[in-house]
Amino acid sequence: MNAHKTPLAIELPDAEALCVHLAELIRPRLQPDTVVVGIHSGGAWVAQRLHTLLGLDSEIGLIDVSFYRDDYRARGLHPRVKPSSIPFDVEGRTLILVDDVLYTGRTTRAAINELFDYGRPARIQLAVLADRGSRQLPICADFCPWRVDLDPSSELVLSLDDSGRLQWSLDEHA
Amino acid sequence: MRNPQLNANGELTHLLSIEGLPREVITQILDTASSFLKVSHRDVKKVPLLRGKSVFNVFFENSTRTRTTFEIAAKRLSADVINLDVTRSSTAKGETLLDTVDNLVAMHADMFVVRHAASGAPHLIADHLRRLGREDVHVVNAGDGRHAHPTQGLLDMYTIRHYKKEFANLVVAIVGDIQHSRVARSDLHALTTLGAAEVRAVGPKTLLPTAIEKMGVRVCHDLCSGIRDCDVVIMLRLQNERMNGALLPSAREYFRCYGLTPTVLALARPDAIVMHPGPMNRGVEIDSDVADGPQAVILPQVTFGIAVRMAVMGILAGN
Repeated sequence: MNAHKTPLAIELPDAEALCVHLAELIRPRLQPDTVVVGIHSGGAWVAQRLHTLLGLDSEIGLIDVSFYRDDYRARGLHPRVKPSSIPFDVEGRTLILVDDVLYTGRTTRAAINELFDYGRPARIQLAVLADRGSRQLPICADFCPWRVDLDPSSELVLSLDDSGRLQWSLDEHA
Repeated sequence: MRNPQLNANGELTHLLSIEGLPREVITQILDTASSFLKVSHRDVKKVPLLRGKSVFNVFFENSTRTRTTFEIAAKRLSADVINLDVTRSSTAKGETLLDTVDNLVAMHADMFVVRHAASGAPHLIADHLRRLGREDVHVVNAGDGRHAHPTQGLLDMYTIRHYKKEFANLVVAIVGDIQHSRVARSDLHALTTLGAAEVRAVGPKTLLPTAIEKMGVRVCHDLCSGIRDCDVVIMLRLQNERMNGALLPSAREYFRCYGLTPTVLALARPDAIVMHPGPMNRGVEIDSDVADGPQAVILPQVTFGIAVRMAVMGILAGN
């Protein structure tokens, strides 16, 4: 029997409320030099929210991990790769890496590798809006307000609605 | 007939010429290049995309500058780069082009960057690889005869887009020896595909190809009318051998008629940019005051060229 929940049984939480929850999880552990780095594109939106909610002064870092992905050989280069932008010195700093969904852990691995090409951070912590299980690498989130076990045929997608609010949807693949 | 640059899925697998490249593919290369541009500003100027891949620079014609930029681009993608001076080795001993290629494929080459004096040589290699069933091996044309120099054309488009944002309202003048210039041909095809409003071919009759009007360009034999009100001026290098071929009286006379001086440049739009593929002949096609002036974007072209070549190799090796 399939141990995963079927998509229909899942009630998707309010993504904006999750951002508030995530910020509250991070707040007690904020360091004076902490900066957030969002992974393009869902993680970048969440990083923007955290930046505002936590009242951070430093600029936001953004990374697109296309040049570090481990499926390049199989899938080629993503046609819409965006420039990474790390507008601060990462050397010796605390970075909070932000993504929308933690799944296999491969994107996180690629992002950590890329960050080290900018310097040697003091520590990297991982903040995600949702952890959907099924990890393939020894990676776990430091901050996560929502854990849900999803079938591999489902894709949990974060998007912006017409009014600019974050919302979850569940796409089914055959 | 299938486009020889695309694989069965319609993805770019070789870069042979800008002619025939869909607009979306050109745009994808330029967009990808802007991401690679940032890599060169980092502490570690490398990404692991082509780790474990072997890129062979096969130059049947000398070009230190182009070869070096391809080498830097491949190294920033973490590829292993092997430079072959084939003119002095295998070819000199009588080996045919395709035998050279077969030997390099047997050494597990993943990509060839080819410069050849004969137009069509990179196409021949791509065709040969397809017949061998080796579509996993990619070819980049680094200049073939008078035919094409697609990465130079792409970096020129990147430069124009960087400074001018859109192509739709642009007037672009290409000045000089268009007849013998593969750069000019690549630029013309790219500008047409990207929808520049007007492209002018400016030069003496002896240095313009016959029937060039059919490529959709306006022909000007007078430099002043060719430059007037344009947004972009692309100067071409005047090769010394043209003087020997009796196409021109002298370098000095050429400069008097077609050299870009501050006075002539003042006829263009005030925000016009001046480009040159290098190497420049100061005092022949371009005045030093222009080459070193505020409107020249010749050195940024070189920087953009690395990012564009990284994008081309990154896209090809993944398809």
